Amino acid sequence: MSAVAQNRKLKFAGNNSTWRRVLSPTGNTGDAIFRVLMLFVALLMVGIVVAMVFALATDSMLSIRQFGFGFLTSQRWDPIKGEFGALPFVYGTIASSLIALLISVPFSLGIAIFLVEQAPHYIARPVAFLVELLAAIPSVVYGLWGIFVLAPVLRQYVEPALAKTLGWLPLFSGSITGIGLLTGGIILAIMVTPIISAVVRDVLAAVPGSQREAALALGATKWEMIRVVLVNGAPGIAGAVILGLGRAIGETMAVTMVIGNRPQISWSLFDPSYTIASAIANEFTEATGDLYLSSLVELGLILFLVTFFVNGVARVLVWNVTRKSGGVGRAA
Amino acid sequence: MTTMTYSSSDRMRRGVSTLMTTLTFLCTLLAVGALLVILFYIAYRGIGSLNFQFLIDRPRPVGEGGGIGNAIVGSLVLLLISSVVGLPLGICVGIYLSEIGRGRIGGAVRFIVDTLTGIPSIVTGVFVYAILVLPMKHFSAMAGGVALALIMIPIVARTTEEMLKLVPHSMREGALALGAPQWRVILGVVVPAAAPGIATGAMLAIARISGETAPLLFTAFGSRFFPESLNEPIASLTVQIYNYAISPYDEWHAQAWAATLVLMTLVLGINIIVRFLTRKKF
Repeated sequence: MSAVAQNRKLKFAGNNSTWRRVLSPTGNTGDAIFRVLMLFVALLMVGIVVAMVFALATDSMLSIRQFGFGFLTSQRWDPIKGEFGALPFVYGTIASSLIALLISVPFSLGIAIFLVEQAPHYIARPVAFLVELLAAIPSVVYGLWGIFVLAPVLRQYVEPALAKTLGWLPLFSGSITGIGLLTGGIILAIMVTPIISAVVRDVLAAVPGSQREAALALGATKWEMIRVVLVNGAPGIAGAVILGLGRAIGETMAVTMVIGNRPQISWSLFDPSYTIASAIANEFTEATGDLYLSSLVELGLILFLVTFFVNGVARVLVWNVTRKSGGVGRAA
Repeated sequence: MTTMTYSSSDRMRRGVSTLMTTLTFLCTLLAVGALLVILFYIAYRGIGSLNFQFLIDRPRPVGEGGGIGNAIVGSLVLLLISSVVGLPLGICVGIYLSEIGRGRIGGAVRFIVDTLTGIPSIVTGVFVYAILVLPMKHFSAMAGGVALALIMIPIVARTTEEMLKLVPHSMREGALALGAPQWRVILGVVVPAAAPGIATGAMLAIARISGETAPLLFTAFGSRFFPESLNEPIASLTVQIYNYAISPYDEWHAQAWAATLVLMTLVLGINIIVRFLTRKKF
């Protein structure tokens, strides 16, 4: 850390102006130029995000003025009549993401527990890589696979079985097509599992070994010991799940290809639905008229704000857990 | 000494433990199984329509064959544009985060970069549409490349930062002690020491954006011809796969699978090579 120490000494010793000190604590002109350049590029990132909010807000102004808050509560999405309400998309996004989390969270926890607590490292490392490869498969490939493999399987086997056994629930009634909310949710589940399990792995690995030793010393079985570890990592696991939620909300192509793209709110998981992201992907290039386009941009703005918030919460939760493992003793 | 006996509750606890640990194993098995099923299915469906003509031809109407030559060229052009724009910017941001911005501004920039990573790529597409496509009044390869670069920058920035932080402080101290100014230390000592790591990070970022479709839909748009200028719409493998997948023709479906096989070879190839190169270090 001598560079920092040296910087600090010079900062206190010099009688330059504040700006001089910020730009060139070492008093070297080359350093000043280099620092300004790097700072400029870094601030460019801030500029991009600001520009993004500004551009999305500007272009959705027309729709915001026209519909106000009612945009979020109206069910009507009728481009021909010029009526635009986002509620079906909000519903489709939330419902498909929840289905995805319901399926993927238990699996992700299981995978992370197996890789951190049980598998010897010569098995854990290659297997972890294989699971991460699931995250490397492009969204459009999942979509293709969903259309031609998953949807037919669901239509022929899974959905009829669900309808037969649980058909008395409104969730599992309705016509069986293989294309709809359930298919979208399952594809999303496969896509977010590697992401959630990777973060949970980091969180579990950050739980101090002394917790495990203490549990085992008290006579806990392996599973009871794992439960202690899970409780210790709970906030981080919550963060991982929320991170997965953020990903599921913004996921576009795969969902667009299997969810059916019909702006409706239906109880049935078999019925076609529509998400915010897939509405933008599907209708943006076809949007005729300023109000139509503006409404789609407003959907983009909503998506931006929601994912911004969700990711922010997730990061704070995950950071708090993984940072604590840096040495300082854990507070009980 | 009394003999050890297990009470029924003990046996229960052990049973639960065995059950649950077996379940975690099954979860892992299922995830790896899903990966293998997907990969083998792509290979199985893709290999049938794959031949040399398919790789160099451009799309033709249904029944006349055609290929993905223009999409492969288009994807490479888009990757090139985004790498030229995104890699230098991403690496500079990484250098800033690791070597310079340690204070409050650095924290803010790190937060912003993390935020950019989480923005859905479709929103990036809408943004680029608003700032480039609308003013220019047409879709273009440039717009597509910029959209991909925006996705690439935060990934490259964070991996560069991580890699630079792995360089031992003694190297910086040694160079500073010899009288080198900070910028010479960073560019001449620290960055070269981390170069292999930065390069693998860049490769992973390229693998990631080569699979992106959503940000290209209304920036690069797509085309049925070979690209002639960066100022006009351009084809890409991913958009081509999407268009063929949602078409009603069996022949195009088969071509979508073959194109997917090509795309997956590229994406997984990069991932596996990177894994192989970094296997010993991390």
